[in-house]
Amino acid sequence: MATTAAPAPAYAATYPAGEQTGLWSWLATVDHKRIGTLYLWTALAFFVIGGVEAFIMRLQLMQPNGQVVSAEAFNQLFTMHGTTMVFLVIMPLSAAFFNYLIPLQIGARDVAFPRLNAFSYWVYLFGGLFMTIPILFKVAPDGGWFGYAPLTTMQFSGGLNIDFWVLGLQILGVSSLAAAFNFITTVINMRAPGMSLMRMPIFTWMSFVVQFLLILAFPAITVALFFLQFDRFFGTQFYEIAAGADPLLWQHLFWVFGHPEVYILILPAFGLASEILPTFSQKPLFGYNVMVYSGIMIGFLGFGVWAHHMFAVGMGATADTIFSMATMLIGIPTGVKIFNWLATMWGGNLRFTVAMKFAIALVGLFTIGGISGVMHSSAPTDLQQTDTYFIVAHFHYVLFGGSIMGIMGGIYHYFPKMTGRYMSEKLGNWHFWLFFIGMNMTFFPMHFSGMLGMPRRIYTYDVGQGWEQFNLWSSIGVFIQGVGLLIFAYNFLKSRKSGDPAPNDAWGAGTLEWSIPSPPPEYNFAQLPVVTSRYPLWDLKHPERTADLAHSAPDQMTITDSHAVPMHEEAERKSAKDLGIPMPFPTIKPLFAALFMVIMVGGLVFIHAANLQVALAVMIGGAALFIGTVYGWLTSPLE
Amino acid sequence: MATAAITDPHAAGHGEHAHYTTTGLEHRKIAIWALIGSECMLFASLIATYLVYKGRSKVGPWPHDWGCKTSNVIGKTAEAVQAAGCAAADVMKPILDIPVTSQSTFVLLMSSLAMVLALEGVENAGKAGYDKWYKGSKFWLAMTAIMGATFLGYQSYEFTSFVHEGLTIRTNLFGSSFFTLTGFHGTHVAVGVLWLMTLLFIDLKRGLKGATDVLLVDICALYWHFVDVVWIAIFTLIYLIQ
Repeated sequence: MATTAAPAPAYAATYPAGEQTGLWSWLATVDHKRIGTLYLWTALAFFVIGGVEAFIMRLQLMQPNGQVVSAEAFNQLFTMHGTTMVFLVIMPLSAAFFNYLIPLQIGARDVAFPRLNAFSYWVYLFGGLFMTIPILFKVAPDGGWFGYAPLTTMQFSGGLNIDFWVLGLQILGVSSLAAAFNFITTVINMRAPGMSLMRMPIFTWMSFVVQFLLILAFPAITVALFFLQFDRFFGTQFYEIAAGADPLLWQHLFWVFGHPEVYILILPAFGLASEILPTFSQKPLFGYNVMVYSGIMIGFLGFGVWAHHMFAVGMGATADTIFSMATMLIGIPTGVKIFNWLATMWGGNLRFTVAMKFAIALVGLFTIGGISGVMHSSAPTDLQQTDTYFIVAHFHYVLFGGSIMGIMGGIYHYFPKMTGRYMSEKLGNWHFWLFFIGMNMTFFPMHFSGMLGMPRRIYTYDVGQGWEQFNLWSSIGVFIQGVGLLIFAYNFLKSRKSGDPAPNDAWGAGTLEWSIPSPPPEYNFAQLPVVTSRYPLWDLKHPERTADLAHSAPDQMTITDSHAVPMHEEAERKSAKDLGIPMPFPTIKPLFAALFMVIMVGGLVFIHAANLQVALAVMIGGAALFIGTVYGWLTSPLE
Repeated sequence: MATAAITDPHAAGHGEHAHYTTTGLEHRKIAIWALIGSECMLFASLIATYLVYKGRSKVGPWPHDWGCKTSNVIGKTAEAVQAAGCAAADVMKPILDIPVTSQSTFVLLMSSLAMVLALEGVENAGKAGYDKWYKGSKFWLAMTAIMGATFLGYQSYEFTSFVHEGLTIRTNLFGSSFFTLTGFHGTHVAVGVLWLMTLLFIDLKRGLKGATDVLLVDICALYWHFVDVVWIAIFTLIYLIQ
């Protein structure tokens, strides 16, 4: 290992001394790894909540004429299940990996704006609670995760339920946008010397594409939500059909966001699978360039297919045809990815770890969901399938079979990096097989119940329609998944303390994050490594694997950073102070800024819950505290 | 295959680890461009909604046409509306006042010029010839903020007079989409004015000078120019095209 750190600057005494512990260190943290960990724990907690919601729904639907919950409660359950799983589980689980991995994969100390990063997390947490807590008071959102207006206007949804949904999503939007600006800057500007864009690990690449989808897609739903907010609170007429409003305005704006959102949910899981498959095939990813281009292509085409969610509304033959064709087109880059993963495994020296099994399951299960997706890209076919359980089956194969399987694989894969300990492979195998069998048992029969005409979102159904056995199978499948989830939770909690110790390079992988200790020290890299190929660690340890890849010799590169050293493994763990690496100061201000912002936005609810005076008092109070905190934040030094 | 990496010369002694950047640009400069990209989609959605709803309102007042309070008669002149049977007392005039808004548009566009000169002032702070008050950043930051505030004043006047003429955010689709769109833009201008005043405050307190301060003003300038460009789109699409 190369050594010699720069002499510590004179003001090194003000650095935080060593790793901090305790509650305060977590509340005030600006470390991307800790923030990633917070995202992971919070999103897993919401995963349990969203899972319980699904469990109750499946109990209700297990038998015809179920009596477990009322129709009103069922509406709240499916709305919160969808909203939770999309905005509070899969997106933040992806964000957990963005946070934890992007700086490590590109060789950076942290993200570009560490405090903004903390702010994103706290906004997510408070926004998630803001939307979830109402379920305890039976006023949870009940208009579906897509919240179609005019259904969600005051005329048809007078209660507070939708207020919480509208404002909650606005709050979560702030979190996602702030994080996206941060990661775009991080990826563009903080790569290690020699890491050109086409040498970035593929997870970082897919995440990079996702950040662009976020900043370009979220404004559309922000505007749609503002219209709804104004309609509900201030009496505007955006969704007032009697005043001449277009009943499709919401649908267009929502799906302009909603379809890119689908790729926001799946691309990070694709990225994780693209890290796991080469590692356990022990050969480089097949067709790296094409993988990158197809990811960009998916992101690009993702903006041109939104109206395939609206074939049933009568847009006319021209629009239906164009969106049909665009949707079929997007199957091509997605198919390219599937074949590249297969070719990566082809001829590889495969190791079937739990992470690998999840990644392979992603390839298979996503393909099933992808193929049913291509089926309803055809408008006439879609008219038979839309709003039936066939669609439910389709997007659960994509989101559970794709996103969740990929993310679970990612958790098993990166757990040793995050904690320095392996998760139990034995328990992991139980988890995997229960999830795999349970999810197929749940969602495969839904294809049939859907084809037999069972509509989505109904809270009960009568006997004699041929749906009984399929619903029974689906419900049994959920029990099996539940057992799998419990085993995962036990494994996750137990392995943190007593798992087998993991070295730097827990799995023999090839990217930068595996060259530093597990768990990584707070400063990540004592010295910036010079990257000369796509798998710098394999260059060092398994040059035969990367022999066919493009390399550049370090002496051909212009390296002006005085700390850059040739690729190496870092075994020693020193403090940032000893190394003279300036670290950002911990600060509680992002937490308070997030809290006050949520109070400011949430205050609007009091217009309906109490009166205008109370609402104004809460909002203006929240706004004043928010602005004060932000000024305090901006005037205090980062490091 | 060389990747040129530039170390910020001002970071020397501050620990290059934190300040090494791949592109040589400061993080905040990249982030503000990303923000502007996102804002484009925000205003695109707002403008698209306005245009989709154009002509769909069931009742007046209308943006460019004369109307009637008691019926849905629309005409190009007051006489045409009266000829169609509207009593003189019930005639509604077109809401948008292009001459007045042209003035505020001119002020806002000129504020971009002032912003450029403010940035030039900071870039050249301390150099010969830039110590004159009319070359310095303090004057031009103040001018930019004043012109921004003037635009906001015009907008307040405009909104107030529209309300007096019978158009509120609740009246019709035109009112809802017009006030929301221009209100969002006005809010952006207001944020910009606050930002400029904060910079002016710093400038008065300790003087803006050097690469870090240039960046500070530069990102504000990018935001300010963007807000101006959006107004050009709004003014053209909403006011000028009938």
